[in-house]
Amino acid sequence: MIRRSRAGTALLSLAMAAGLAGLAACSSDDSGDEAGGAVTLDYWLWDDNQKASYQACADAFKTANPNITIRITQSAWDQYWQNLTTQLAAGEAPDVWTNQGSYYPQFVTSGQILDLQPYVDADKIDLSQYQGGLADLFTKDGARYGLPKDWDTMALVFNTEHLKAQGVDAASLKDLTWNPTDGGTFEQLIAKATVDANGKNGLDPAFDKSKVKTFGFLPEFKDGSQGQNGWGNFAASLGFTYLDKNPWGTQYKYDDPRLAQVIDWYKSLIAKGYSPALDKASTLTNDALMNAGKGAITITGSWMINSYLGDTAKLKFAFAPLPAGPQGRKSAINGLSDAIWTGTEHKDEAWKWVKFLASPDCQNIVGGNAVVFPAIKDASEKALEAHKSKGRDVQAFIDEAAAPGGTFFLPITDHGSEVSQIVQDAIQSAVLGQTDSASAMKKANDQVNQLFK
Amino acid sequence: MKTTKRRDDRRAAWWFLLPVLVGFAVFYGYPAIRGLWYSVTDYTMLNQPSFVGADNYTELAQDGQFWHSLLVTVWYVVLNIGSQTLLALGVASLMHRLTRSTVLRAALLLPWLVPNVTVGLLWMWLLDTNLGFVNNLLTSLGVGPVGFFTDAAWAMPTVAAINTWAYTGYTALLLYAGMLQIPQYLYESAAIDGANEWRMFRRITLPLLRPVLALVLVVSLIGSFQIFDTIAVTTFGGPVSATRVIYYFIYEQAFRYFHMGYAAAAAICLALILGVLTAIQMRLLRASRSDLA
Repeated sequence: MIRRSRAGTALLSLAMAAGLAGLAACSSDDSGDEAGGAVTLDYWLWDDNQKASYQACADAFKTANPNITIRITQSAWDQYWQNLTTQLAAGEAPDVWTNQGSYYPQFVTSGQILDLQPYVDADKIDLSQYQGGLADLFTKDGARYGLPKDWDTMALVFNTEHLKAQGVDAASLKDLTWNPTDGGTFEQLIAKATVDANGKNGLDPAFDKSKVKTFGFLPEFKDGSQGQNGWGNFAASLGFTYLDKNPWGTQYKYDDPRLAQVIDWYKSLIAKGYSPALDKASTLTNDALMNAGKGAITITGSWMINSYLGDTAKLKFAFAPLPAGPQGRKSAINGLSDAIWTGTEHKDEAWKWVKFLASPDCQNIVGGNAVVFPAIKDASEKALEAHKSKGRDVQAFIDEAAAPGGTFFLPITDHGSEVSQIVQDAIQSAVLGQTDSASAMKKANDQVNQLFK
Repeated sequence: MKTTKRRDDRRAAWWFLLPVLVGFAVFYGYPAIRGLWYSVTDYTMLNQPSFVGADNYTELAQDGQFWHSLLVTVWYVVLNIGSQTLLALGVASLMHRLTRSTVLRAALLLPWLVPNVTVGLLWMWLLDTNLGFVNNLLTSLGVGPVGFFTDAAWAMPTVAAINTWAYTGYTALLLYAGMLQIPQYLYESAAIDGANEWRMFRRITLPLLRPVLALVLVVSLIGSFQIFDTIAVTTFGGPVSATRVIYYFIYEQAFRYFHMGYAAAAAICLALILGVLTAIQMRLLRASRSDLA
């Protein structure tokens, strides 16, 4: 008995000590204000590639505004939105944070983002300096919930050595055509680029599709409701639109037969052995597969330029514009913005920072680092120059963005993450052959539109 | 004199219990009550929770995805508990009857000591269809690549096998400890009577191990229902919700769609199911307690 109670006491005192230690650990500092009117603003972003550029902006900003310090916090994409929402719920959100189209609507709906329109009017910000349409993505009912910071478009990326070995002239990739029936010259290219274990390509009658060594085309089916890295661009080149209106539409159109046609074309590539079957696909990302030589061509975004052309790439890659469909060449264009939290205690200082982020002063710094294309057109030119000076050809992304009618915006609506899951599941079940494309998309569309009722 | 002393003891005991009770109330009691409250509200984390009565529960009852998640979870539990217990039993018997090497015992625990996320990533690379070592081996043997994580029929057995790999050693050790309690003379006399190893296992080891086996089952069943990390690392609930287990469902509702109220309701349902299962198992456990006395 005595021994047991002693052990119990020891345990309890241990528990108490641990509790005290925990309390001590809790009392960290979270004060933004310092003496003498100095202010520290919290700024959040998710892309670790961009942190250095924005730190450079923050330093430049500090020089111009000595009493405002910017504290940058970067967290990975998967955690970013969870952390942000939790912090908003706890009333301790960052003063300024980076937003993306499919996530920011919920913050607008819940009144977490400050309307910037009065500031924009007062400071006479020139909204025409930005890449066409980007500034409007972040408006709703006359209010403005962010200023654009950058943009991205999509392009083909291909393994240059592999295509050369297959006798493909890289210049021929500049004017590929595509249609959902026979895939156009793009499918011819894919067939030629697909090579089996015996070295026979997809056009050879002796091609063995059960032993493919390098797939001609790597599709992306984990692409949510947008198909930014694949089907969305093809569907758009058939005239497909996601929504009744964008942004802030309430009626999705995933039951459009043209979308089902695109999915069926993808399925035909798999059936011919030109693309890996979804149930035999890799769990790894397409850039990992491209680097392993498992794929010859895939579609990627301009944010991946440094992954494919940078020092970490194991093979030589190059970019080419997307193939042109019946309605022309259509690339998804997407932009990020910076927003101010309604709960910030330093609204004016936060506005100064956002204004700086959206100004040539900062965007030229970002462009000069050649990481992303800044929203300001002139700054984008700087990024192009910076890439050129490093010997990187990224013209395809710029040309698509500049072509009239060459781009389309990704949907911005409420319920973004739910729509994403429903549509992705439907597309995967169609590709896996669990249902036919048309009825899978019809069912998903009903489910999606039900969310808006 | 004596009675007052006893009362003093009791009062002192409460003081010593206080930290634990406070800890329990703050970290378990209060969150549980909050969870119960959220489960009858509409709450997105960014609004004030508004009372909606039993709406979340009626919606859950009609949500095909919720039932699907439960079904998938049960499928996982059957696969995982089945394979894990059988394997562990085999390994424990081998350790018990064949070798008692401490090095071997330590080696068996190794997979259990590796964090689950690491285990998930490790197997994701090993089993990858295009770049994985296992599929490379299978292809060279002419069996052809298997989409372990991407084939809807294979995904759940794969996840279950990974967790079996990680936990068998630990379970085996628990069972082995139970086997050590079985008196040696039983085996000796059985051997004199000419019983072979298989017969001894069935007639001596298995019946006398029942209480330990029951305990191991209770613990691993509850753990198994809470499968999350391996899935969050490898399949993300896919392909097409083939591995969207109940925990992953709750996680998605809460932290991806921010339906906190709905997620809380699903969590309460899961807690109820686990409560019932545990009660049944505890009864079984108590019933088998007297075997070796």
